[in-house]
Amino acid sequence: MTDTPGLEDLLRELAPQVLGVLVRRFGDFDAAEDAVQEALLAAAMHWPREGMPDNPRGWLIQTGSRKLLDQMRSEQARRRREAIAASLETGGEVPDRDDTLTVLFMCCHPALTPASAIALTLRAIGGLTTAEIASAFLVPEATMAQRISRAKQRIKASGVPFRAPDASDWTQRVRSVLHILYLIFNEGYASSTGDAVHRVELSAEAIRLARIARRLLPDDGEVAGLLALMLLTDARRPARTGSGGELIPLSEQDRSLWDRALITEGLEILDDAVAKGAVGEYQLQAAIAALHGRAARVEDTDWPQILALYGLLERMTGNPIVSLNRAVAAAMVHGPQAGLRELEALEGQLKGHHRLSAVRAHLYEMAGDPLAAIEHYQAAAARTASLPEKHYLTTRAAQLRAAARR
Amino acid sequence: MTKYLLTVDYNGGDVDTPMTEWEPQEIKAHMDYYRALNDELTKSGELVELHALTGPELAKIVVSDGATAPVVTDGPFAEFKEMLAGYELVDVESQERAIEIAAKLSAVPGPGGVPLRQPIGVRRVMDASDSLD
Repeated sequence: MTDTPGLEDLLRELAPQVLGVLVRRFGDFDAAEDAVQEALLAAAMHWPREGMPDNPRGWLIQTGSRKLLDQMRSEQARRRREAIAASLETGGEVPDRDDTLTVLFMCCHPALTPASAIALTLRAIGGLTTAEIASAFLVPEATMAQRISRAKQRIKASGVPFRAPDASDWTQRVRSVLHILYLIFNEGYASSTGDAVHRVELSAEAIRLARIARRLLPDDGEVAGLLALMLLTDARRPARTGSGGELIPLSEQDRSLWDRALITEGLEILDDAVAKGAVGEYQLQAAIAALHGRAARVEDTDWPQILALYGLLERMTGNPIVSLNRAVAAAMVHGPQAGLRELEALEGQLKGHHRLSAVRAHLYEMAGDPLAAIEHYQAAAARTASLPEKHYLTTRAAQLRAAARR
Repeated sequence: MTKYLLTVDYNGGDVDTPMTEWEPQEIKAHMDYYRALNDELTKSGELVELHALTGPELAKIVVSDGATAPVVTDGPFAEFKEMLAGYELVDVESQERAIEIAAKLSAVPGPGGVPLRQPIGVRRVMDASDSLD
């Protein structure tokens, strides 16, 4: 957005706060969100040239309000405009409250599809431009603009009031927020589409958003769990790909490349969250990531503990992908045959899923049955939609074949 | 500048051996070649987008009359070798340049480092530029 150091961070930090003020003042989330974007662009243009205003937040609120007033064309709006213009003339007081949390709940509202909620959250809370979001998701800017616009229409149509959720659906609404942040992180980390394994921007964005969420919800153990999970996972990023961009599995990563600072921070946040009680699924996933992070060498991994945690996670979520991971842990504790037996039970739910084939191939390889492993690596390679993963699985099969030839 | 779609199908050129039967370092050389070429086209500002497609295992054919439920089947597709495997959209100065890029794609190394000579389709994208002078 700008070349001035620190300016972009400041603008992005202020974006959701300014939006909160404008929505409270004008009541129109859709128009207010557009106005904030325009105010941010104006600031990015003017401030480097003309110097930072004394009160940047106040400047943005004033500018955003003016943009909003410009947009209001109807008779009714004109009457309101005059009233508000009068109030602006009299000093335009800047409220102190920070509505970022309320904005976050709006953006991750369950009435929105995940794709819309993700886009809206990145714009309204993350302060990213539509063009930046579009490029992160490899879609044209016009497509992303439409997705954001429709998300806002939907919020308007659903009649959600601009306030924090009631106690009755608080837990569920927090879950929605965490789910959206988790999806953004995953999109950056696993990169389900396109060629690159890592789109650094999206995982970094998700971590930034999770930090904001933790600041706003300091007593929620799952918010902390999610942030810890992201940090502990992201710490492995430097070791996750080779020089040619190829995927390197956890067991073969050079652990000296792991980011120790991120691991330490993740462990601290997790310990703090666990001490607060009420263990949730993100804390459990973070605890598993922490056990990997604590193992200096792959053979130091505490697999019995990981197996136990996956067991808890499986009971809590009923997610078959969790069961698949549990089967891997079972194989590491009780041997590959035990893991393969566990996979039988997943045949129904995960039939044709490339992950099931990949895990089966891996366990056959462990069991010393390269021919079966090759067959399942090939099946997995044919069905994955991730290009780096396809390369990895194909190479794995080729390595086993080459070894068999010698 | 003119856009061209460069298409790659599952026709392996001079080599019929599936990639899982290549030497691992041959696979790596193959991937590195594509990566270097794509970096070059990104740096030159000619690459618009590139995508590899999932294979026939995940492909569907949909037929609909717009009123009743659509008919969704797993085929039939053209012969496997003729099925689209991926494409690159490039924005280039001339058809000569599009052909030059296609030739580089075609010469991707296979087993033994020998160029595969994979057939690359070169299709000019229609636009509005020539319609009214």
